[in-house]
Amino acid sequence: MDPVASAVRLAVQEAVHILSSSEDGGHIISTLQSLRRYLGETETQAPPEEQEEFSRTHFSTILRCLVGKLSPDWLDLLPDGQLEELWASFFLEGPADQAFLVLMESIEGAASPSFRLMKMARLLARFLSAGRMAAVMEGQCGQQAGPASRLLQETLLTRVVGLPDHLGNRLQRETLAAFFPQNYFPLLGEEVLRVLQAVVDSLRGGLDCSVSFLSQVLGKACVHGRQKEILGVLVPRLTVLTQGNCLWQRVCWRLVECVPDRAMEAVLKGLVEAAPGPEVLSRLLGNLVTKSKKAQFVMTQKLLFLQYSCSMPMLQSLLGYLAMDSQRRPLLVQALKELLETWGSSSAIRHTPLEQQRYVSKALLICLTHLGEAELRASRDELLASLMEGVKSRLDSSLPPVRRLGMIVAEVASARLHPEGPPLKFQYEEDELTREMLALAVPWPAADGPSEAGDDELVPYDMSGDGEQRGSKTPAYVRDCLEALTASEDWERWEAALRALEGLVLKSPAATREVSLELAKVLLHLEEKTAVAGFERLRQRALVAVTVTDPARVAEYLAVQFYALNYSLRQRMDILDVLALAAQELSRPGRLGRAAQRGSPGPGSQPSGAAVPAWKAVVEERVRCKTRRFCKQGSTGRAAAAGPNEFNAVAGYFFFPLLQRFDRPVVTFDLLGDDQLVLGRLAHTLGALMYLAVNTAVAVPMGKALLEFVWALRFHGDAYVRRGLLSAVSSVLLSVPAEWLLADLLDELLEARSWLADVAEQDADEDCRLLAVKALLLLEKLRDRLLPLSSP
Amino acid sequence: MAQAGTTHPGPCQMMRTCEHMAAPVPNPQFVLRGARSAVHALHFCHGAQGHPLLLSGSLRGLVHVWSLQTRRPLAALDGHGGQCVTWLHTLPQGPQLLSQGRDLQLCVWDLAEGRNAVVDAVHLESVGFCRASVLAEGPQRWMLAVPGRGSDEVQVLELPSKTSVSCLKPEAGARLGMPMCLQLWQAESSPRPLLLAGYEDGSLALWDVSARKVCSRVACHSEPVMALALDPRRARGVSGSAEKVLAVWSLEGQQALQVRGTHELINPGIADLKIRPDSKILATAGWDHRVRVFQWRTMKPLAMLAFHSATVHCVAFNTTGLLAAGSGDQRISVWSLYPPT
Repeated sequence: MDPVASAVRLAVQEAVHILSSSEDGGHIISTLQSLRRYLGETETQAPPEEQEEFSRTHFSTILRCLVGKLSPDWLDLLPDGQLEELWASFFLEGPADQAFLVLMESIEGAASPSFRLMKMARLLARFLSAGRMAAVMEGQCGQQAGPASRLLQETLLTRVVGLPDHLGNRLQRETLAAFFPQNYFPLLGEEVLRVLQAVVDSLRGGLDCSVSFLSQVLGKACVHGRQKEILGVLVPRLTVLTQGNCLWQRVCWRLVECVPDRAMEAVLKGLVEAAPGPEVLSRLLGNLVTKSKKAQFVMTQKLLFLQYSCSMPMLQSLLGYLAMDSQRRPLLVQALKELLETWGSSSAIRHTPLEQQRYVSKALLICLTHLGEAELRASRDELLASLMEGVKSRLDSSLPPVRRLGMIVAEVASARLHPEGPPLKFQYEEDELTREMLALAVPWPAADGPSEAGDDELVPYDMSGDGEQRGSKTPAYVRDCLEALTASEDWERWEAALRALEGLVLKSPAATREVSLELAKVLLHLEEKTAVAGFERLRQRALVAVTVTDPARVAEYLAVQFYALNYSLRQRMDILDVLALAAQELSRPGRLGRAAQRGSPGPGSQPSGAAVPAWKAVVEERVRCKTRRFCKQGSTGRAAAAGPNEFNAVAGYFFFPLLQRFDRPVVTFDLLGDDQLVLGRLAHTLGALMYLAVNTAVAVPMGKALLEFVWALRFHGDAYVRRGLLSAVSSVLLSVPAEWLLADLLDELLEARSWLADVAEQDADEDCRLLAVKALLLLEKLRDRLLPLSSP
Repeated sequence: MAQAGTTHPGPCQMMRTCEHMAAPVPNPQFVLRGARSAVHALHFCHGAQGHPLLLSGSLRGLVHVWSLQTRRPLAALDGHGGQCVTWLHTLPQGPQLLSQGRDLQLCVWDLAEGRNAVVDAVHLESVGFCRASVLAEGPQRWMLAVPGRGSDEVQVLELPSKTSVSCLKPEAGARLGMPMCLQLWQAESSPRPLLLAGYEDGSLALWDVSARKVCSRVACHSEPVMALALDPRRARGVSGSAEKVLAVWSLEGQQALQVRGTHELINPGIADLKIRPDSKILATAGWDHRVRVFQWRTMKPLAMLAFHSATVHCVAFNTTGLLAAGSGDQRISVWSLYPPT
């Protein structure tokens, strides 16, 4: 046997014997002092080979022995905590990895709560604050990993990253602040930086080093969800250190490259989030995506297609990073192609949440800003093909946000892909989203500020009130309007008639009733011959006014026309809107009272304004002065006049003709086929009519018919249609009296209930799920209300 | 009773909160009521002790003198026999006021020391819509351009002698129609006075007054030129007509007129336009009852003042940046927009 080894073994065995049996403080001290020779800290050092042998073979044994002796009595063998200090020094000064492992091991082994546990925890906190964790990790950087030490590394890694969890489990409420994850992981970040510094220094000195242990620590910490804490410390420092320093950059690249595949996603996502921009990301990652398949998958697939949680700055960083190097740019082109393909896939449009579609669209726009003319031209045909297909399927969608996304992206993308062609221009309302998206589409280099803006640039006031001036050709009678609208070639008069019509109709109901059908027909077929601002709205308001004035005839006419030949989809949808609006107006409480008041101021009419004779006001005032009221409120404010629902008498005219022929396609109109947008609108309108028919006698048959309609269409593929159906179910539940629901519609409701439950759980569309839940709640409420009735 | 103005709340259109970032248009600083008929001419001047005054000419032939301090009328001058007063201007001497009326008289008033008497009158030959223009030639001498006897002529008189110094008649075949608006002007570099005249056929002519010849002519509009304004510093000007456009033109080398661009308006008809003395903004009086304000350098629309309920006939700026607009609704609105720095 090696003489050195046996000498050390003898010394250690003796020391262990003394430590475990002696009760004499002085003896123990001298023994410990003699052991410290092997740690190389005292003036009388042991020879280096003996030190090495000690730390390799015997250090853990000694430490375990020391842990085993730990008790209040033992520490009190010498006054002033001398013994404790000496005891602790072994953990704080000896080889850090072994000390750390023994510390962790003893903490796990100690009974909780106990003196020993707290002592060890405090010692661990000291160990951390003394910066020993850097030593633990640094120890793993120098050596080549053999099979034995790989296992050790594995253990070490688990302990290093899992420290807060272990300690939290052991100490429960007693745990120390240093072990809180929010404190520990930043510290770990600092320590990683110190080790990296040491690695850089030793590389400068020509020594080989490995950062793979650090990568593993980083990876594991990120997998544990501690990206923010650890990268929040690392990234800002690395940003500074890598600036213009190739060695640091290489170390940094290596650090990320060595991250195990299973942790790559967590690390990359954290880095993309923490990096302040694409330049920094590029410095930190280098060409990682071309070297690591996993990294490439994460950056070009996972973060773009499989998730949609990245914020816009993250997305900008990510795509900017891909664009910054010629080796990475092909990946960006590829990403653009795939983004466009996904964006345009009709199945994706139908089955992915709107939020994700927005995300993909935004990513698409950012990609476009980064790509140059030449790169786009190289794959133009392919890109244009998927763009066009996407625009088509998006514009077909019945959801306005989906259409809007189609318009915005189509405008921007076609301008980039086909700059020489005439620009594509859609009409859409500007809102937060469009502004955000158009801002994304601004190419990078053009961000150097407006050149023309001098300091004398004056800020315009709001000019939105500006518009064309009206002429004075306004007709004064409903018949005049009718004539002007049908026969007039004088466009000013035509426009004036259109503008005046609603007011005239409301003012003279009798005159309107004489020509109501003609008027409805004319308005329904009216085309926008001149560019009249707000034409659609004017026409709609006029039609609603006519319908309200003569509901039975006009509503029936309109509802029948809905299924007639030779109407455009636009007109059919107008019919639906008008019917819903007119029904709303008719069912508005208080409407009847007001109309009656206008007609004949009978004895019961409310006094209002100038219509009241002066004497009456005077008398009322006198009475008011001299009357003492005991009830404080209520007497002064008059209750809204109660009246029957005017919609009651005519609801059937509105409702039933619309239900009659939805399943019978005509040449130009196929509700169950391509015209699903109209079908969705029909479902919504029927729901609205049902809702407005509350408290009417016809509500029960309406509800029955509507539930049948819903039942026939419940598995429709279009989300907008399904939304309409679900809201119709809710309307039925709200409008039909509960006892009737149970008496007449019980079976239908039970069937609907299971369908609603399915939708609430499984539908791809968020609104559908929400509506289904609402309907279910209504059902629940209904049951709750009826249960006490039925139970004896 | 003459009821003159406190600050008036604007119509609801202006009170409306706007969806965009832009601020809502402010209300007029004050409104002068009591002209008792449509206001067709406005002019800012300084009265005795430098008190700021506003002069207005009405359809019924009265010239009102308003104090901008008290916002009340100080005097009403009746010198045009009930005929519309179309143009007002003050000469520094005196102060003397020139007023042009549809009664074919151009009156010279003495307003000094509270007097308000006609001291002189020039008989005009043309009853058209054309407003006169005046140019100071010397310390006591002025040049006045008015429409002349022939329907297409412009006559240039010297004041106070009232001698006709020149008669500017287009060539025989030019068919320009009546002169509609005039602007006398003398470039600093050249001693020769120039006259810009807008004609009935929509063209603009630059006359060399002393040589009695057209230096340059350009067809700006397809309808009669109703008003023009010139910014001598930039040698650029703007004109408005009965149609929907403003034309911006420049004087190349002081000699050649050139159209620089046109600006489309929403409603047709410009009755008057003025550039503020600091050349920052331009205001137009519209037949659509609205005053529009533009940034003069870029012609960017800045504001639309929809206060009046009838045609706005005239606008005027003073040196402190106040803008006055007179309208067929018998009111004069006074605004303070983009105060000069």
